[in-house]
Amino acid sequence: MIGKRFWSWTIFALAALYFLLPLVGMLEFSLRARRGAYSLDAYRNVLNDAQFHQTLGYSLILSMSTVVLGLLIVAPTAFWVQLKIPRIRPLVEFITLLPLVIPPIVIAFGYIRLYNTSSVLPLTGSARGTDLLLTAGYATLSLPYMYRAIDTGLRAIDIRTLTEAAQSLGAGWMTVLTRVVLPNISVAILSGSFLTFAIVIGEYVLAALLDRPAFGPYMVWMGSNRAYEPAALAVISFGLTWAAMAAIQFLARRGHHSVKV
Amino acid sequence: MPFIEMTALKKSFGSTQVVRDFELSLGKGEFVSLLGPSGCGKTTVLRMVAGFETPDVGDIRIEGESVLRHRASQRHIGMVFQSYALFPNLTVAENVAFGLKVARAAVAETRHRVDEMLEMVGLGAMRDRYPYQLSGGQQQRVALARAIAPRPRVLLLDEPLSALDAKIRAALRSEIRTIQRQLGITTLFVTHDQEEALSMSDRIVVMNGGKAEQIGPPEAIYNRPGTRFVAEFIGSLNVIEGQIVAGDSTHLVFSGGRLDLLPNFAGLAGQSVAVAIRPQSLRFCAEEQALMRGVVRNIEFLGAFSRVHVSCGSANLLVDGFARDLSTNVTVGSPIGLTVRSDEILHLFDNK
Ligand SMILES: Nc1ncnc2c1ncn2[C@@H]1O[C@H](COP(=O)(O)OP(=O)(O)OP(=O)(O)O)[C@@H](O)[C@H]1O
Ligand SMILES: [Mg+2]
Repeated sequence: MIGKRFWSWTIFALAALYFLLPLVGMLEFSLRARRGAYSLDAYRNVLNDAQFHQTLGYSLILSMSTVVLGLLIVAPTAFWVQLKIPRIRPLVEFITLLPLVIPPIVIAFGYIRLYNTSSVLPLTGSARGTDLLLTAGYATLSLPYMYRAIDTGLRAIDIRTLTEAAQSLGAGWMTVLTRVVLPNISVAILSGSFLTFAIVIGEYVLAALLDRPAFGPYMVWMGSNRAYEPAALAVISFGLTWAAMAAIQFLARRGHHSVKV
Repeated sequence: MPFIEMTALKKSFGSTQVVRDFELSLGKGEFVSLLGPSGCGKTTVLRMVAGFETPDVGDIRIEGESVLRHRASQRHIGMVFQSYALFPNLTVAENVAFGLKVARAAVAETRHRVDEMLEMVGLGAMRDRYPYQLSGGQQQRVALARAIAPRPRVLLLDEPLSALDAKIRAALRSEIRTIQRQLGITTLFVTHDQEEALSMSDRIVVMNGGKAEQIGPPEAIYNRPGTRFVAEFIGSLNVIEGQIVAGDSTHLVFSGGRLDLLPNFAGLAGQSVAVAIRPQSLRFCAEEQALMRGVVRNIEFLGAFSRVHVSCGSANLLVDGFARDLSTNVTVGSPIGLTVRSDEILHLFDNK
């Protein structure tokens, strides 16, 4: 018994070390910007950099629009496939997996060819148009995660009977979707959104090729031009990610009990 | 004019015909059960009324107006599901309020109606609980309250009791019936449990292979089944199959002996027919003079009367009699004669 305990703890400790050591190393390194002493100089430099704020803000806004766009595409589709045409689910799953197989660079070049300034729809000609393309590209990249999360959520509840119950009570499709389906897969939606968020914040290829001032290219630029600041930047983005996670958990838990007549 | 009228309904899924030539009318306030074995199309009929399936052929009219061009959400038909189907994210009160909110009823009116409904199903104290905090029986009560709250024209129940244990089932059965009577709501109830159908319904529709085999009040279904299928499904009658032999008198000849029939069977001479005999119509008699002979297999004492199982040729017959009338020579293993009055033999039709 003791032996078994011992081994499970050992394995846990090893796994923890495996994940934590690089983080600790990075944290330690990020504090050594001043010779001979620990300091927050690297953080100060990053936080005082106007570009940091611009790119992070830009990526945050873009990630939110991506989440909205992704949800608008995925939620009704997954719902409809589950309810009305379950036999095409394998096809839909295959399509949603494509972004994992096709490199983003292909999407970027596809966009540039289709929507360049001499095309019918010259979206790349303006900043707003390119933002639109970028959002669409991000929604595509996050499709596998968003679809899987929502589909799993839908399968966990008896969505068909719940839908019929709501319809027999007079609810139309919009009401069914907003009052019955979405609230009951809110946790799935949150996890899908979170994954999307994480992908968009760090994404490099699409943003760089479409030449938009996003956080991913900024991090890469930092990485190749500075020594200590990239480490500080990495720690900051970890912190942001975890804060977002905690916030989502908090909202998910509160949201579940705050619905009242 | 009937309140609900279904005419010549047909429905196929792929190449299998699930409902065929289904006809049924319900009067206002009537409680009608669809009874039949699994897969006979009961749920499909109910779902066509609710608007979740569209009949291939036929019409469904409520108060004289066809509902087929209305969607489920526009039909004002309440439905209770076998799996309760309560909204897990809403409390009991919110579940009951759902239909009223969708219909944009005033807040005060909604609140009043929700209280009234929860009172009716005896769950006033549970209004702020979530479905997962309720027992199955309580969940089904909430589902009933939720379905009735928006004052639907019709109430549909699809095996609402089959997921519950026997005791709660019996209690909820009479509760549903009481509420239904109070509100006078026209109700279509699906079950495969004959006892449930017999005890609750104004009329029963026995379904077989997508068709209505027999429609009638419980007493008629039980005592005067029209077809062999109904007699066997209800299981209350002895079914005997044999050849008609007509001469001076008409007989049914089978492996256990023969039965004297009324002359109106004479036209069927030479044919194979099935007849039904109530257990209480069969009488024991001395073996020597009996037309039917058998052996007593088992005697069940059921309080006021005893039920004797007799194997008679290839048929297993039930004979009911008051315990004190059973003569002493009726014991397990003893050979025995049976007789029945000709006017108590029912002709069963094969509805194919
Ligand atoms: N959506 C569907 N697609 C294909 N076949 C179906 C569909 N719905 C029902 N069926 C078939 O139709 C037949 C009748 O189904 P239905 O659900 O009406 O039976 P039921 O009388 O309610 O049975 P049970 O007592 O088991 O609920 C079954 O053989 C079933 O497999
Ligand atoms: Mg059924």
